Amino acid sequence: MHHTLVALVEDKPGVLNRVASLFRRRAFNIESLTVGRTAEPGVSRMTIVIDSDQASAERVTAYLYKLVNVLQVEDLGATPAVARDLALVKVTVAGHDRAALLRVVDETRAHIVDTGEQTMTLEITGEPPHVDAVIGRLEPLGIIEMVRTGQVAMRRGDTALSAAQCS
Amino acid sequence: MSKRTGSQILWECLVHEGVTTVFGYPGGAILPAYDAMLDYPIRHVLVRHEQGAAHMADGYARAGGGVGVAIATSGPGATNLVTGIATAMMDSSPLVCITGQVPTKLIGYDAFQETDIGGITLPITKHNYLVTRVNDIMPALKEAFHLAKSGRPGPVLVDITKDAQQASAEWEWDPRPVKLRGYRPDRPITSSDLAKATALIRASRRPVILAGQGVIQSGAMNELVAFAELVDAPVALTLLGLGGVPASHRLNLGMMGMHGEAWVNHAIQEADLLMAFGMRFDDRVTGNTKTYALHAKKLHVDIDPSEINKNVAADAAIVGDLRETLKDFLDVLEPADHGPWLAYIDSMKGDVAVRDIQNLPDSGHLYAAHVINDIWRITEGKAVVVTDVGQHQMWEAQYYHHETPRSLITSGGLGTMGFALPAAIGAKIARPNAEVWAIVGDGGFQMTQAELTTAAQEGVKVNVAIINNGYLGMVRQWQEFFYERRYAATPLRSPDFVKLADAHGLAGFRVDARPQVMDVVQQARATDSTVLIDFRVEQEDSVYPMVPAGADLHAMIRRPEPSVLAETGADPI
Ligand SMILES: Cc1ncc(C[n+]2csc(CCOP(=O)(O)OP(=O)(O)O)c2C)c(N)n1
Ligand SMILES: [Mg+2]
Repeated sequence: MHHTLVALVEDKPGVLNRVASLFRRRAFNIESLTVGRTAEPGVSRMTIVIDSDQASAERVTAYLYKLVNVLQVEDLGATPAVARDLALVKVTVAGHDRAALLRVVDETRAHIVDTGEQTMTLEITGEPPHVDAVIGRLEPLGIIEMVRTGQVAMRRGDTALSAAQCS
Repeated sequence: MSKRTGSQILWECLVHEGVTTVFGYPGGAILPAYDAMLDYPIRHVLVRHEQGAAHMADGYARAGGGVGVAIATSGPGATNLVTGIATAMMDSSPLVCITGQVPTKLIGYDAFQETDIGGITLPITKHNYLVTRVNDIMPALKEAFHLAKSGRPGPVLVDITKDAQQASAEWEWDPRPVKLRGYRPDRPITSSDLAKATALIRASRRPVILAGQGVIQSGAMNELVAFAELVDAPVALTLLGLGGVPASHRLNLGMMGMHGEAWVNHAIQEADLLMAFGMRFDDRVTGNTKTYALHAKKLHVDIDPSEINKNVAADAAIVGDLRETLKDFLDVLEPADHGPWLAYIDSMKGDVAVRDIQNLPDSGHLYAAHVINDIWRITEGKAVVVTDVGQHQMWEAQYYHHETPRSLITSGGLGTMGFALPAAIGAKIARPNAEVWAIVGDGGFQMTQAELTTAAQEGVKVNVAIINNGYLGMVRQWQEFFYERRYAATPLRSPDFVKLADAHGLAGFRVDARPQVMDVVQQARATDSTVLIDFRVEQEDSVYPMVPAGADLHAMIRRPEPSVLAETGADPI
């Protein structure tokens, strides 16, 4: 089962290493991990997707709190959330029907962000399953390079995850 | 405000934190700090290997209840600390380790004696710091001491570059308490958690308290005894919990787990409630968790939330300070009577054929258990005993009966051979008026025996009892039980320990018969300097009972009958 954990952490050198090292040391497998800034200076936000059961997700949350630089942790497994993943996919256009590719682009709300002589680069954004599905349709057409950001996520509704309570 | 170098700030901070002794070894990257040290009222104990510094700081902390400080240079100095830091981490011992680091501009260039000690110690410290600027030295050190001793204690490493030690800044001590946004060690105990816990306690007919080192670290012995008496529940102790309840107390069952006495483990298996206080259900105490205390509800009190539901699922849990929790229990609970349950546990003691090992006729063999039991009697159970790792460690736990907290210091979680001698030196420095005994195997002693020189140079008096069985005994025992007596790499040759003591200008004795024990132990106690005693004990003796690793807790290998190594049940001090 996938669990999406969101951690607000102090933006200090080595924090990413501390978090990643924790998952390695406790033998949890990270599926994706993203880090970025938040609205509050000095606070970064990590979205960590792991493959684990509920009990393990609770354990990992407790371990994350043991890290001195970790301010807040939320397991989005239990909360309605918006999740997004972004992929850049370079597809070959040589040797097959350009129209087939354009049809996929059209039907999946992918964006063409670059075109070369032999290739076209697409941007796909959406819920991770959507991104998976689009990539699935592109595969037969010949993917020659791909990158995914990994998932970012946020709870739905008016409540917000904030580090303000730990100041 | 006045001008200070980073090195001076370092010592100023240590003095402000109440540090009087540090254990260390100098080298290039920490040289500025060593130079400044001479101007401050700090005792520096020069060890013979940095591992010794970390263990001494650890023994100092565990014996005295304060924070232990170790200091080393970069590179090999820092990496030599690693075993000691990991030992302290596993046993939640408050250490601050200070290391020198190569100049900031050389970091990342594989400079001479550069090592990423922050990266290396990441998983074995509670937290660590790399300080590259003089102004960051005080905040890092203040935070380090705060982290080391608060909440669940542990080691913190502060790595300070040479240029930060050398730079100067306008400085004054900041007396404000440390505040860390992401660190909240003192959590309030909620009334709903308390209510759930007390409901379990009231409903229980066959309760057992499992007391761990948390009892000692939160200073909860009196509250625990009062609680046990109030709810009439027996107390089983973990290895690190020994001393947390007086051994002579009628409700004290003794040690649980792999080498716990049979009745203790049976009581746990048959209980209807386990009250785990400041312990973490380590695999050495639970055996197979799938068959562990299946009839018992579990109430878990620990200061570290990540321990709850980690190894054993809790039916109720309280995260917080144990002493405060017990006070809350004492306020709301009413007296209970579990006479039949206690009588039943008592009846289980009978079947281990307990005999008084003191009064057995001398068979001509010297048993480790006899030696340890004799030391207990002669020291009236009042010594601070520091043990190493192996058979002698378990015999000590079984045959030296600890009455007070911080009177047994041993490496439990990591099981670090080589711990005893340096930790005993640290313990003696923390408590100069205590009688300190190191009880150590012939194998473990040789791992850190160089620290004998430290004891001699520093004039520190510890009594070192080498339980010399000519083997890496505990491993030999496993080979005997589980590997068809194929003694691969466990027979061990040792130097002449009496001559070794002599070479250090210290007194050394050899004992190979029971009647000599008393006299030699008394001579050791009467000697002002460190004494080494080579106890030549029975070579192929084993520790019983034993729950094989991963086996069911009630599936013990029992003492062969008749046993010369069992004690009478009632064994008053
Ligand atoms: C540093 C280290 N290396 C190896 C071990 C594995 N080990 C556990 S007990 C033991 C034997 C200890 O022998 P000795 O010190 O003579 O004590 P005895 O068991 O004979 O009392 C060994 C090798 C360990 N615990 N620590
Ligand atoms: Mg031995």
